[in-house]
Amino acid sequence: MTRKKKTFSAALPKIVLYTSLLLFAFLFLMPMYVMLVNSVKPLEEIQSGGMMFLPQTWTFEPWFKAWSTAQIGVEPTGLRPYFWNSILMVVPAVTVSTLLGAVNGYVLTQWVFRGHKIIFLMMLGAVFIPHQIILIPMARMLGFFGLAGTIPGLVVVHTLYGIGFTTLFFRNYYVAFPSDLMKAAKVDGAGLFRIFFWIMLPASTPIIIVTVIWQFTNIWNDFLFGVSFADYDSFPMTVALNNLVNSSTGVKEYNVHFAGAFIAAVPTLLIYIFAGRYFVRGLMGGSVKG
Amino acid sequence: MLKRYLPQIVITPGTLLVLAGVYGFIAFTAAISFTDSKILPSYNFVGLRNYENLFKLKAWDIAVSNLIIYSLLYIVICCALGLLLAILIDQKIRAESAFRSIYLYPMALSFIVTGTAWKWFLDPGIGLESVMHQFGWESFQFSWIKDREFALYTIVIAAVWQTVGFAMALFLAGLRGIDSEMLKAARVDGANTFQVYWRIIIPQLGYTFVSVMVILVFNAIRTYDLIVVMTNGGPGRATWLPSVFMYQYTFTRNQMGIGAASAIMMLALIAVFVIPYFWWELKSQGKQK
Repeated sequence: MTRKKKTFSAALPKIVLYTSLLLFAFLFLMPMYVMLVNSVKPLEEIQSGGMMFLPQTWTFEPWFKAWSTAQIGVEPTGLRPYFWNSILMVVPAVTVSTLLGAVNGYVLTQWVFRGHKIIFLMMLGAVFIPHQIILIPMARMLGFFGLAGTIPGLVVVHTLYGIGFTTLFFRNYYVAFPSDLMKAAKVDGAGLFRIFFWIMLPASTPIIIVTVIWQFTNIWNDFLFGVSFADYDSFPMTVALNNLVNSSTGVKEYNVHFAGAFIAAVPTLLIYIFAGRYFVRGLMGGSVKG
Repeated sequence: MLKRYLPQIVITPGTLLVLAGVYGFIAFTAAISFTDSKILPSYNFVGLRNYENLFKLKAWDIAVSNLIIYSLLYIVICCALGLLLAILIDQKIRAESAFRSIYLYPMALSFIVTGTAWKWFLDPGIGLESVMHQFGWESFQFSWIKDREFALYTIVIAAVWQTVGFAMALFLAGLRGIDSEMLKAARVDGANTFQVYWRIIIPQLGYTFVSVMVILVFNAIRTYDLIVVMTNGGPGRATWLPSVFMYQYTFTRNQMGIGAASAIMMLALIAVFVIPYFWWELKSQGKQK
């Protein structure tokens, strides 16, 4: 009896520890559970207070509806066209901003010139602006170039406001690059581009992955630029989802909303599941180290 | 000649884009904030009138008071909970990476996605309240999201849930950077775990605390998506923040001059926190070298 008691008190901290860990895990997973379980449930089951239960009747109808027939604004198109809008916006914006960041970071660390510190500070500052500050002039400029309400317009915007991040990522990576290798290459007469393409880029795979993931996640999840600069033909996924969820007409189809939210989450969630390590590195690199 | 200035030439496109699109545009917004622009920009300068009007507006007053409440709660809870999670994770636990991944995954999602989940989960008609009634707790009430007094706190809940994992990750990195010799010495002296954390570890996390707080302040000030999807600023104006104010006045009410002034106030507020942080950071980096 006493022996048993002793082992229990010795195990108590462990029990408290793992109970708290599991409790928090439950709290973090709960909204995801709510989303998933209600996206495969008939509407009546949600309306009658069954939000936390597994479906009595399973149905994938809400997913089909969210994807292809739900009313977004005035058109019953579902989220499908907006999903493609987001893809068409994200791919070029990620590519161009990553390339520009790589070049900037490379020059700022390996080919320093007078004033490089000012450019570095400029890039750092660009990361910490509230985007509200550029909405008015950007709307004017997109209008002036005929890009208002278009996907190319959104590509320009996301590329521009991604350069600060991508430059800092590559700069922080290249600043630790062995300088002997650079010196040797320069002595051998290799030029700026040659060294970039033959030495730097092949050694940059990790930071390229980090940057691409960071940019993809940020741009895919953006709402403010989408709602400010796009229109019905060019809305990205997030804006279309908000229209679906907050439309004031008709019956609120919660199950369709949850399915739609999940569809919007799938790309970034997949990245997180398969490359979470790199995502976290981006998160830390973009914040801790200036 | 070309070869000599090649680095400068190569870095020019990106630099020019940022110079014009960030700093040029800030200057443009600042200029607009001194004009009587309504639906379109006008170049009729009216001095500080927009700022005077801004400070007199009830809506701005509400937005600023809301921001103070929201950001204080958001920052304090995120720091406390983030640190707690980091300490729990740091106890040489099993399945550490699984727990870490679960606490951090909301950071990968859009606020519109998670906001949708929270909006309906907190909705008294179908969410938590209705679920509790199903479980037999008939008198249970939870209608904060529809309540002028409490709606703002539902935004705090959702925002903390989404970003506390980030605070955890930063604190965890801080904890792992602490000199383990000192901890061993303290343990030998008979200090218990709580004392070790309270007296030795947490005081050494000063740098991490500053970084976490600066980023959380920045997050709090630009919170926008979450409000739009969960409450759209309502009920009434109960969940307006400066970000909502700026959008409403600029694009819905066509008061561009006042909208620009509010954007400048947001930038100034962030600058008050971020510029000293950069200065301090660069100085301490310089010392290390």
